[in-house]
Amino acid sequence: MKKIFASTKGLVDMPTHYCPGCTHGVIHRIVAESIEELGLRERAVGIAPVGCAVLAYEYFNCDMFEASHGRAPAVATGAKRSRPDLILFTYQGDGDLASIGTAEIIHAANRGEKITVIFVNNAVYGMTGGQMAPTTMPGQYTTTTPYGRDVKDIGFPIRIAEILASLTTPGFIARVSLHSPAETIRAKQIIKQAFAYQAAGTCFTFVECLSTCPTNWGLSPREAEKWLEEKMIPYYPLGVKKRPEDGQEEQHGAS
Amino acid sequence: MSKVLMKGNEAIGEAAIRAGCVHFFGYPITPQSEVPEYLSKRLPEVGGKYIQAESEVAASNMIYGAAGVGIRVLTTSSSPGISLMAEGLSYIAACSLPVVLVNIMRAGPGLGGILPAQGDYFQAVKGTGHGDFQLVVLAPSSVQEAVNLVILAFELAEKYLTPVMVIGDGMIGQMMEPVEFPREGVGDPLDPGDWALTGARGRDKRIVNSLHLDPEYCHKINVDLKTKYNRISENEQRWELYNCDQPYDLLVCAFGMMSRICKTAIDELGAEGYRIGLFRPVTVWPFPYAACEQAMQKAKRVLVLEMNMGQMVEDVQIAGHGIREIDFFGTAGGKVFSPDEAKEKMLYSLKQAGVVKSKPVKKTAAKKKSTKRKRAKGRKSR
Repeated sequence: MKKIFASTKGLVDMPTHYCPGCTHGVIHRIVAESIEELGLRERAVGIAPVGCAVLAYEYFNCDMFEASHGRAPAVATGAKRSRPDLILFTYQGDGDLASIGTAEIIHAANRGEKITVIFVNNAVYGMTGGQMAPTTMPGQYTTTTPYGRDVKDIGFPIRIAEILASLTTPGFIARVSLHSPAETIRAKQIIKQAFAYQAAGTCFTFVECLSTCPTNWGLSPREAEKWLEEKMIPYYPLGVKKRPEDGQEEQHGAS
Repeated sequence: MSKVLMKGNEAIGEAAIRAGCVHFFGYPITPQSEVPEYLSKRLPEVGGKYIQAESEVAASNMIYGAAGVGIRVLTTSSSPGISLMAEGLSYIAACSLPVVLVNIMRAGPGLGGILPAQGDYFQAVKGTGHGDFQLVVLAPSSVQEAVNLVILAFELAEKYLTPVMVIGDGMIGQMMEPVEFPREGVGDPLDPGDWALTGARGRDKRIVNSLHLDPEYCHKINVDLKTKYNRISENEQRWELYNCDQPYDLLVCAFGMMSRICKTAIDELGAEGYRIGLFRPVTVWPFPYAACEQAMQKAKRVLVLEMNMGQMVEDVQIAGHGIREIDFFGTAGGKVFSPDEAKEKMLYSLKQAGVVKSKPVKKTAAKKKSTKRKRAKGRKSR
């Protein structure tokens, strides 16, 4: 019989701790598949964050670091600059990357570190129990915004992909979503492209993945997908925000 | 090998290269900025990598990343910067990774001042960061010793797979002295062993991690670290005794630059007939408790002088466990005791010990010669 599907060697065959309906599992899979399909698994070093993916070092079947909260891009910098042949990726949530780790992500991007950052944006702190994230939507109820996120009090959600795309340093910056099979296939293509750019030593690569958190949103998985599509995508538009060839004139002017 | 005249901070950078460390991640801060400046020029010349981090927090995590992939790595900073590095250091110690860091101490607390101080003794040896971990801490008292101890720091870090800190007060970093490097060229690279993340090629994956949710396993990690620290404590204590091979009434305890000022004061009071010995810990962790106690036993009284408000004195108290009265005088904020001020403190302690004036000691020719050499060194530092 012809084999038409096999699970990726990029993941360890074990149950994960993620909640039912959460898209972390799918993102793990498409990251691992991308690494395997590009033949990079034996050179890959992943960095797990503090957050829901804190145990990601158990799941990816390659060498793995566990980093402190928000510092994964700094750890990746130290590793990649020391062993440029390695393929470094960080896997970070919105609290980790968009709050406590803003300095590290902006400067890693600005130095043009040849790493791949997978940024999972589900608009909430998952692991600690559903508190407000920098990416929480206006009016969204969380355990620390019991009256809804008041943008007059604490500002608007941060669009990290757009901030990073504004840097002059070349980069591959994109936002994808996991709310439907079609978008998941698109997400896989973008993530694979990011790793391909890293493997070629082209530039800093960053993929923001809009993700669901049914548990902390208080919605069923299907309702959560709908909420993501209707509430998050209009504020966080999908697509490639920057390609390595963009802004050549500006880079020229800067040199 | 010939001597070169070098500023302490630059000599520290060069010493790392001679030890085979060609990767540096750091952040500028006075009074250690000459280390990153020097290495940003030198490391490209020897095929290494210099990266200026966005903060000391990031720098400490960059060295975690570099050490985790099995690369010999250095960072340097000064007091407020070390506070920010505390995060990374705890992870590095927990993961048993070899790194070397240098703290060229300035006055504190807070922003304090940029002049020399020794106020980070507790931070270095008692509580660098969260959790049950310990740095090995080496305290040089000259630029030459800073060079030697940076090289030793890499050896210890790799022998025990643990972070090692060299603490120098701002004077060590800023003054120029003749130094001799123990070897030419760049040292051999670190052997990444069976722990570094080098890519899972033909082997199982490896994990560098300090999250242990199972209390039994987390307890075991702590016990393993403690076992390692005990081993270091048994094997790696280093100290210097000065003027202690003859009877003395007063034992002075000091570390780093303060000890050199004390040597000058001891020599000058010696010429007046006072008998004073000096105990200087070179490893302030592990503190040489037994050696310190032994030196205390021969004295009537003990005096501790530090460029802080009394930190190492607590270790001297532990070493002495009450066998001798201990006086302490400290200075801070960048104010450094002059030899005359040190003499004044020593005369106070001698008086408390009931010593008015000891009989002048007749020195042997050999002793005279070695004292002279040390005295000459001490004078230069003033």
